[in-house]
Amino acid sequence: MLSARHLVKHYQVHSRPPGLLAALRSTFRRQYETVRAVDDISFEIAAGERVGFLGPNGAGKTTTLKILSGLLHPTSGEVRVAGFEPKKRDGSFLRSIMLVTGQKQQLLWDLPPIETFELNRAIYDVPRAAYKTTKDELVTLLELEPLLNKPTRQLSLGERMKCELAAALIHQPKVLFLDEPTIGLDVSMQTVVREFIKAYNERHNATVLLTSHYMDDVLAITPRVIVIDKGRLTYDGTLADLVHETRPEKTVTLRFGAPVDRARLDAFAASVSGAKAKVVSHEPQLAVLQVNTGEMNELVTRAISEFKVADLKVEDAPLEEVLADLFARGKAGAKAPDVAAPVDPEAAE
Amino acid sequence: MATEPRDGGDLRRTARALPTLFRIGFSSALAYRSEFIVWILATNMPLVMLLLWTAVAKDGPIGRFGEKEFTAYFLATLIVRQLTGSWVVWEMSMEVRQGTLAMRLLRPIHPFLSYAADNLAALPLRGLVALPIAVGALFCAGGEQLTKDPVLWAIVPVSILGAWLLTFAAMLAIGSLALFFESSLAVYDMWLGLFFIFSGYLMPLELLPKELHAVVNASPFPYVLSFPVQTMLGLSSRSEAFASLGIEWLYAAGFLALALVLWRQGLRRFAAYGG
Repeated sequence: MLSARHLVKHYQVHSRPPGLLAALRSTFRRQYETVRAVDDISFEIAAGERVGFLGPNGAGKTTTLKILSGLLHPTSGEVRVAGFEPKKRDGSFLRSIMLVTGQKQQLLWDLPPIETFELNRAIYDVPRAAYKTTKDELVTLLELEPLLNKPTRQLSLGERMKCELAAALIHQPKVLFLDEPTIGLDVSMQTVVREFIKAYNERHNATVLLTSHYMDDVLAITPRVIVIDKGRLTYDGTLADLVHETRPEKTVTLRFGAPVDRARLDAFAASVSGAKAKVVSHEPQLAVLQVNTGEMNELVTRAISEFKVADLKVEDAPLEEVLADLFARGKAGAKAPDVAAPVDPEAAE
Repeated sequence: MATEPRDGGDLRRTARALPTLFRIGFSSALAYRSEFIVWILATNMPLVMLLLWTAVAKDGPIGRFGEKEFTAYFLATLIVRQLTGSWVVWEMSMEVRQGTLAMRLLRPIHPFLSYAADNLAALPLRGLVALPIAVGALFCAGGEQLTKDPVLWAIVPVSILGAWLLTFAAMLAIGSLALFFESSLAVYDMWLGLFFIFSGYLMPLELLPKELHAVVNASPFPYVLSFPVQTMLGLSSRSEAFASLGIEWLYAAGFLALALVLWRQGLRRFAAYGG
């Protein structure tokens, strides 16, 4: 359904230091940097999959989405989405996709959302009967009835986002590109949007590509993730495997029925096979330990037998920490800068 | 229920979408009523020129133009300007700069068509507000200056349509330059400066120095304003009017082709900034 092969996107960006002299100099002699926003990435996504694009700011996630949706021409490489070459922006291609971005909107600012729905119905040539059914379904699922006839500019951010989603789905696209769709939304609205996206995917077998800095979005929606860092693909696989490969240790929280002192806890941790357990935090009746997956059973079994354990919880490392570790390793392992040296076009001649 | 689009090529689908596009464009224009009125009233340069030139002509006609002729000329200029003005270059520059052009590019309708629908949709509103007054004034104050030739009257609406298309296409071409330069408003300012002098907006073109006539006639500017006005006032012969009509539409086609080429090339460079 969707494939990218050796995708590359470079930008020439004008840069100059601050100050009046620098501003005057740049009027006559501009220096450019080549930013390698996407630097040779390849992946394949099947129809109906839900995939998360993760990466630090400036990694190339949104640039990749924009290439896939036809907004940007790649510098080189091949891209196919639903059998089309996105940059050609064929009418049939555009009718089968939608990009929803939390930072920009397609809703007409001065008119009620219902007018944008009507506009999209006309532009995407959706038959009236089908439009009515789809619209009614979306209005019910997203609870839009009270919002439909108010000018968009008078809606709150969360209300606008729900209406944006509905407007994006009037033509029932087969591929949905979501660029930070829950940005700025409150917790309850984020949950509504996540549930809705999952339901839409399951109901219509739509392919969903999502970028988000909220790990709860990724956990809730995308079982598969692609990690992009400095324009390069550093991981492509399941979320569970990513966590296990990056942070294989488990976090075990023990609540004790009677106080346990630190020395006793340290001795216990040290005695776990290969001293692979570590005390992360300690209070008289609460301790948090970290242990590798292989030694977890032993730690839990022995903790129950050696202490009076009132409650016990075992968790994977938080996804935020997993990604922070991954990105930190990416920074530490980087050999070449992601920005080429400034180019002076006159000197090149 | 499937939402497969109905059978038909892209052109037919676009044609089916046009009525809704126009309706939405009209509604958008209506949304800010005060601003719209102010904007219409801001196109008042012909009235200023009318006062100026009729004052100058009080002591005697200048060329073919006495007070009545100047009055008719500038009222006709106001009418044509209201019907053919375009602001699309501002819209395009802003959308490129802010990255909001991305939303327009995602739709399966050529952005030029959606810009055109927005522009044309506002015309009925402008017509309702400004034209009755201008047309009424023209018939009252300068009615006898209007042509009585039915052939020229038949040419008038075609020439106004051609003037709109030429203006709009030129604005599309200038607006497309924003894909290369981030903002093309400086180029638009140059166009506007030349338009003021060479279109007949500030004075009838025949009153310009004779040395400039060849340059002016070779440019597209007379065809965006002066030609329809001259035809309306019977200041051109039938053969001159037909010849000018041909040149006007050739210019319109040329600018449209230029706009399409610039747009296509510019999209390769579009960076869709802003997230």
